[in-house]
Formats: sequence, structure tokens, C-alpha cells
Amino acid sequence: MTQKLVIIGAGMASGRVIEQLLDADPSAYDITLFNAEPRGNYNRIMLSPVLSGDKTYEDIVTHSDDWYEQNGVTCRFGEHVVKFDRELKVVEGENGHVPYDKLIIATGSAPFIIPVPGHDLPGVITYRDLDDTNAMIEAAAKGGKAVVIGGGLLGLEAAAGLSERGMDVTVLHLMGHLMERQLDEAAGYLLREDLEARGITVKTQASTKAILGEGRAGAVLLESGETLGADLVVMAVGIRPETRLANDAHLTVARGIEVNAQMQTSDPDIYAVGECVEFDGHLFGLVAPLYDQAKVLADSLLDQPNAFAVKELATKLKVTGCDLFSAGDFAEGDGREDIVFRDPARGIYKRLVIEDDRLVGAVMYGDTADGSWFFGLIQGGTDISRMRETLIFGPAFQGGASADPLSAVAALPPEAEICGCNGVCKGQITSAIEGGATDLGAIRAQTKASASCGTCTGLVEQLLSVTLGDDYAVPQAQPVCGCTSHTHEDVRRLIKSQELKSQAAVWQELGWTTPNGCHVCRPAVNYYLLADWPLEYRDDPQSRFVNERKHANIQKDGTFSVVPRMWGGITTPDELRAIADAADKYDVPTVKVTGGQRIDLLGVKGEDLPGIWSDLNRAGLVSGHAYSKGLRTVKTCVGTDHCRFGTQDSTGLGIKLEQHLWGSWTPHKLKLAVSGCPRNCAEATCKDIGVVCVDSGYEIHVGGAAGMEIKGTELLCKVESEDEAIEVISAMTQIYRENAKYLDRIYKWLAKVGLDWIKEQIVDDLENRKALADRFTLSQSIYRKDPWAEHAQDSTTRVQYAPLANLTLEAAE
Amino acid sequence: MSWIDIGHISDIPLHGARVVKTPVGCVALFRTGEAEVLAADDRCPHKGGPLSEGIVHGQSVTCPLHNWVFDLNTGVAQGADAGRIETYPLHIKAGRLLIDGAAVGKRSAA
Ligand SMILES: Cc1cc2nc3c(=O)[nH]c(=O)nc-3n(C[C@H](O)[C@H](O)[C@H](O)COP(=O)(O)OP(=O)(O)OC[C@H]3O[C@@H](n4cnc5c(N)ncnc54)[C@H](O)[C@@H]3O)c2cc1C
Ligand code: SF4
Ligand code: FES
Repeated sequence: MTQKLVIIGAGMASGRVIEQLLDADPSAYDITLFNAEPRGNYNRIMLSPVLSGDKTYEDIVTHSDDWYEQNGVTCRFGEHVVKFDRELKVVEGENGHVPYDKLIIATGSAPFIIPVPGHDLPGVITYRDLDDTNAMIEAAAKGGKAVVIGGGLLGLEAAAGLSERGMDVTVLHLMGHLMERQLDEAAGYLLREDLEARGITVKTQASTKAILGEGRAGAVLLESGETLGADLVVMAVGIRPETRLANDAHLTVARGIEVNAQMQTSDPDIYAVGECVEFDGHLFGLVAPLYDQAKVLADSLLDQPNAFAVKELATKLKVTGCDLFSAGDFAEGDGREDIVFRDPARGIYKRLVIEDDRLVGAVMYGDTADGSWFFGLIQGGTDISRMRETLIFGPAFQGGASADPLSAVAALPPEAEICGCNGVCKGQITSAIEGGATDLGAIRAQTKASASCGTCTGLVEQLLSVTLGDDYAVPQAQPVCGCTSHTHEDVRRLIKSQELKSQAAVWQELGWTTPNGCHVCRPAVNYYLLADWPLEYRDDPQSRFVNERKHANIQKDGTFSVVPRMWGGITTPDELRAIADAADKYDVPTVKVTGGQRIDLLGVKGEDLPGIWSDLNRAGLVSGHAYSKGLRTVKTCVGTDHCRFGTQDSTGLGIKLEQHLWGSWTPHKLKLAVSGCPRNCAEATCKDIGVVCVDSGYEIHVGGAAGMEIKGTELLCKVESEDEAIEVISAMTQIYRENAKYLDRIYKWLAKVGLDWIKEQIVDDLENRKALADRFTLSQSIYRKDPWAEHAQDSTTRVQYAPLANLTLEAAE
Repeated sequence: MSWIDIGHISDIPLHGARVVKTPVGCVALFRTGEAEVLAADDRCPHKGGPLSEGIVHGQSVTCPLHNWVFDLNTGVAQGADAGRIETYPLHIKAGRLLIDGAAVGKRSAA
């Protein structure tokens, strides 16, 4: 029987637990996932590249909304769990209770805040999540001075990012050298040199006394009496396990929530994983052991024997230009010997710590290429007595191998760990390559190597070239799918330039390697063809995902949901009666009001679709395309009709827009809204296209999003009349239809082409605007029609919804 | 074997599918080519997705719920996913589709 699993915290540890569980047995648990952050799982360790501007949030999302939906995980994001009751076995979130059979606590840790006076002033930020990162990015945009308290991994990554963004940064560190837990003094010194060379001031043995400021942080006062000006203060002095819920529920908690080797807490139905746990006296602050824990926890939940054990860890700093590596235990001690190599001219330092002919620790700065090889020797407990003399020069000098850079990788034993985050060793990667994984993407998908912090990407690529030889060329861009080597952009361009007007032409002329594509490329190519050749190409329902073929949303139990259109959110008692009658007649189990101002009938059987559609059609209701990559809704407020603030007839314009745009196919879904005044009750500024009415006309905004990603729109232009607004919006829709990559929402596409380009095309160039709007209207002459009526009335289509034959009935005859 | 006539090939759209209800459950008929139809279970072993609603490509189908891909000749799931669906013998004679009654759980009429 499916058991209820509730998880508190959607972080890196629980994310991996869910993946492991779904991989092993997707039907064992019905999962509910709480997260205090208003989003799902992302790669927290990549926040530093986001801070420095090398990556965006989208790049580091590990589980998208779609992923959760497809895997049936119930998400309660943006909701704190307040407590849980072990007797009643329920978890209490801010918005209600959820019962559990098994519970996982994965609350991570909370940044430690030194309780000096002024620590709670605005302008003092910790570094833990996306909101912190965005707050730093925002503060950095204003320039000025930043003081980072804490010279560990997190503090230095924050300092480097802020300095990259143009701030004048000082790092305060309590100890004598930076990253003292991972580096010895010599390496700490080289690191400091590098940071200072890029303009970051480092103060060691600096103890903070207070943060000064009136209403907002303005300076940091040190015990020494020195005052440092600070427009932004980042506190990165350490973390402590987030154990509050466990404490309140009287689980056994030391520094972290205590767990056994099966990740079970003192209550056998409650597990804990990640930075919030304590195991055998150990706390955890890096992802590699958390992923081991996650695997063990998933096995425990499925009654598979497995046990967690603490392993040696390796650390890298994700600051470009600061190449450091540290692993194992490098404290000096009796019976321990050091081998040291220095090259002051090139700023290289390497130190190996040896005990009983085994390598027990390694610290390197400046040249860390051999890091994983050394780490492998530490983990494997390899006897190094025979290579002792040359050990420090790395694998290339062992066994007479040449000094070719690739030979170092080639020399690694199969059990050498390549990806520390995910515990993937060389053997797993080479066998994946031999099994046909010939690029980075495939290796990430199959082994997870290089899929977390990415520091081993270079090694994985070297392994690819060692294993594949000349067959491996570092790939340029991702092809659409395995059927072709062309990218989406190439395919779009070639369809236009070579005038390819059928799927067969695309397969043939562009050299597809499969007879007729696959579920990934066919929907994209079908869309490109119909968008570019509305008159010549005919939409192919068999190249559409079931929802768009059946004009209803498939649900997890195979039933469908039916959403009729309510133009601009306006309805009538007659329409409501027709909807109510249909719900009764077809035993619709759930009737729900949607966020797009209309009504969803959920749980309709596939065979009943044509019937319910005819009934709804009779009352004048048509398909709401709630399932399509096309126009969904135009949300409106009541505007001048009823509202005392309204400046224009927002409802009327919404209805006109919806009637003009409905039925059109777009690269991804398209949601609009029209608000009657800047109070913006229709939330127009988080839609793909939004209109905000003002006294003097209509502001047209584009590129908003309010799903997993929350994004405000950007102002495209302001126009004076409704007609102009409709023309601009048609042109905007068309330019998006003609150019974007399939499955890119407007905001994603906008980030690639830039708002300025769009302004040039449809705001400044009136002729082009008109031509685009005309092409849109032409396409609409084919596609603006009700698919429900078509399917329900055409007898050949209608029968497709019923079984071809029923062999169970005959038996009874 | 006992062959039962269940319809005409043109009842199934090219690269589409239709379902036949049988004593062993719903069987999906996939029209993989102009003159080629392959029969297999309609139910995905992953989470019961209706395979007849999936996208048919080559001699495979992709489940509409979570994109598992099945080879319709062998019934075996492709790629990293492990699972198998039952396949059933099917004949096309002058455009008529004949399914093996015994294989889908019908006792022979004789
Ligand atoms: C900037 C940065 C850089 C890092 N770099 C590295 C690196 O290079 N290498 C490395 O190995 N590690 C790195 N780490 C550490 C790594 O990110 C953590 O070890 C890991 O994310 C911990 O995973 P977790 O699942 O235990 O906790 P988290 O990922 O923190 O997830 C816990 C989640 O639980 C939620 N939560 C807490 N309480 C509640 C509640 N009551 N109700 C609901 N939800 C709740 C939180 O909002 C959070 O989203 C870095 C960390 C940061 C912040
Ligand atoms: S957006 Fe303005 S006009 Fe529309 S309902 Fe709100 S306050 Fe009234
Ligand atoms: S039900 Fe078929 S892939 Fe999940």
C-alpha cells in the first residue's frame, strides 16, 4: 500500500532522497514536500556563480515545477512547517495539516549570527539562499563598500562575487589565516595574496565588536577600535543545524538531530538528513556526505539494508583564479611526515601528509590538477611507499608514463573519485562513455558526475577525450534531441531559409537520424512548421502531446480536466448553469475556480470528452485552451465599469484581446492581463504580456512570470488607443511565435534577444509592427476556432475518443 | 490461434493509436506506419499512464505521463528505465485488423 511520506525542507539532501526513491520504487510513497523558501530544489552550492553573475537562477534549478508535477510530488513551497505531532502523526504547516506514515526532517542549517549590537540592522545579510543572493546583487548594484565577516568558504565566495560586481570589499577573519579548517598557513597565505591582488582587503585576527548605523548598517566597529565604513555587511561566520522542530517534538538532539546509520532519529518513523543531522558526533557542511545519506535514507524507506559511514572529504573554492584543493587530515603530528613542493614564481604550493606509508592529507594551491588522484589515494588507503620519491609530482610521473596532460587522467585507477559531490568514480564514467554516453549532458544524466558544483567538469571532459580519442570534440550547443545534431535555433532558421514545409522535408533535408523523430523533437518541429507556414502546413495532432491532441489536460489517473473559456473572466448565470449541469451529468468529481478567472471541471473520462463539449458548446461555451502552448487567459479587473479608480475599460479591452488572440499556438503558454489603473488588481506585471491602463492610455508590459520563477515585466511601450494596444500585442505575439525556441516562455526568450531588439522591431518600426500583426491575423484565419466543436461534431474524430472494439462484451452474449 | 477482426487500419490515424478493451485489459493498437500496426498493453508499468495517448515515433511510443519510451516490437522500456509491456500478435489482411483472441484472453469460439 502507498504510504504517506512528508518531507520538511526541499534542499539538496531531500532532493536527492526523492530522486533515489522515485528511481527505486515510484509507487511506494505518496510524497508531500514542504519548503520555507517559495521555490523547489536548486543547486545551493551554485549560488556563488549566481552572485558573481556567471550563472542565473534558471541555470541552477535542479527540480522544476514540471518535474514535481510529473513525479506526483505534492509541493507546499513558501510554507513553513510550524510543528509536528508524533502521537497523531501529523505535520502542521502554516496552511494546514498533513498526516504522515513516515516523516523526513531535512531543514538544513541556519547561518550563525554573531549577537553583536547592530546585528539586526537592515543592510546586514547572511548567505544561505537565493533571497540572500538577490539581496546582495541588489545592494551591489548601488556600489559602495561591503564588509564580509568570515573568511571561510562561504565568506570568500561572497567577497569575490561582490567584488566582481564592483563593490569595495573587506573580509574580516577571526583566525590567523583564511579558511583555516581547509588550508594550512602557507596555502592560506597564497590565497590571501590572490584575493588582495583582485582588490579585496583581508584583515585576519579581526574581531567584530558592533555594527553601527542609524536605521541601517553604515559601519563595522572592531575590537581593536578600528571602524570600517560599510554599505553592506555580510555575515558568514558559520552555520548551525536547524533543529528547532525536532527539539520541540522532543527527538534526541545534540548539536544536530541525532540519527543512526539508517538515518533514523530517536522516533523510528522519523528520519533526518542533511546539514540538520548529527551522526556519531559528526556534523556535515558539504554535499558529498549528504548525498551518501540520501541514498541510505531512500534504502531505509524501502526496507533495503544500507548504512551510512563518514568518509574523507575534499574541498574546493568556487572563486575563479583561486585554485585550491584540500582533502583529508593535514594536522601535524607524531609519526607524520610532510612532502612539500613550492614554486614561488608561479604561486604554487603543494603539501602531502603521510602516515604509515599512506597518504592522509593533501593541501594544494595554484595547481590542483592532481587533486582527485591524491584524494583517491587517501580514500583508498593506498600504500605509497614505492612512489614516495615522485609522489608529489602527481600521477603523470608514476610508472614511467609521459607528462602528457591527459595521461594523468588516463593513469587514474577505475575507483578514483572524479565527482566528489556525487561520489562518482572514474570506472562509472568510463563505462557510461563506453555504453554510448558521448557528451557531458549524457554523462550528467546517467551518472550525475559534474552535475552539482561542476568543478570536475574538466576532468569529465578529459575522460571523454581519453576514452573516445578524436571522436570527442568539446560540444558547442545542445542539439534538439538525440535525433539530430542541429540546435533549435538552427532548425528554425533552416525551416525558413530552405522553405521546408513538411515534417518529411525536415527529416530528410536536415539529416534526422530517426525515421520520424521522437517525443522531444516532433512537437517542436510541428510547431515551427505551423508558425512559419500557416497556409501550407497542416497541424499534425499525432505530433502533439496528449493534452493538445485531446484538447483537455490529462490528470495523473488518466482522466481529463475541462476548462471552458470565460472571456476576460466575465460569465453569466446561463453559462454557470450549463457548467453545473455538465458537471452533474458527467459525474465530475471536482469543480475548481482557477487562477485565470474561470472554472475547471476535473476528472472527466476520456470517452466523455466529446459529450461534455457538445453540451458546453450548446450554451455558447468554447475551449479555454487551458492545456495548450497557446493563449490561455486574459485576466482583467473591473476597470471603469465599477471601480472608482478605473481609468479605462480594462474588462472590455481584455475581452477584445482574448477574442483576437484565442486559438493561436505559441512556443509556450501565453498569459495576459489587463489592469484598469496602476493599482494593478489583475496582476498584469507578472504576465507574459500585461496592460496597465493609465489616464493617458495603455502601458504594455512584457516578459513577466509567476510560476517557479517570479519575474516582473519590463515596459515595452505606451500607446494611446485600444486599437494600437491590440496591434502592438498582436505583433509581440507574432514576433515571439516566429522567433522563440519551442518551450521558451516570453521572459526566457527575451533574456536571449533583449528588450531593445524587440522595441526596434515593434515599437520604433511601425511598418514592421503592422506586417507582424497582419501575419498574426492571417495565421488566426486558420487557427482561431473552437477545437471542441470540431472534435465533437466531426464523426470521424469523435469516434477516436471511444475504444475501437470491446472484446469483453462479446463474452457475455 | 483464433483471429478476431477488430476494425480497419484506417480507423487508426497514422502515428496514432486506438484502444481495444479485452479480458486482459486495454490493448493499444499503434499505427507505426502506413501499413503497420503493433499491439501492446495500454498501461504503462511505471504509473499506469495510457500509452495510447502517447507520441508514436519509429516503432516506439512515449508514455504521456513521464516519458518512458517503449519499443513496440519487444515491449521493453528504452534507455535508463526498466520495465516491459506485453505485446500481442496482430495481422493485417486486406486492411482489416486481426488480433489473436487467445493471446488477449478470449477462449476460442469453437
Ligand atoms: C553559498 C553556498 C555555497 C556552498 N558551496 C558548497 C560547495 O562548493 N561544496 C559543497 O559541498 N557544499 C557547499 N555548500 C553547502 C551545501 O549547499 C549544503 O551542505 C547543502 O545545501 C545542505 O543541504 P540540506 O538539504 O541539508 O539543506 P538545505 O539545502 O539548506 O535545505 C534546507 C531547506 O529546508 C527549508 N526549511 C528549513 N526549515 C523549514 C521549516 N520549518 N519548514 C519548511 N522548510 C524548512 C529551508 O528553507 C531550506 O530550503 C554551500 C552552501 C552555500 C550557502
Ligand atoms: S486595477 Fe485599478 S481600476 Fe482595476 S480594479 Fe484595481 S483599482 Fe480598480
Ligand atoms: S506512467 Fe508511464 S512513464 Fe510514468
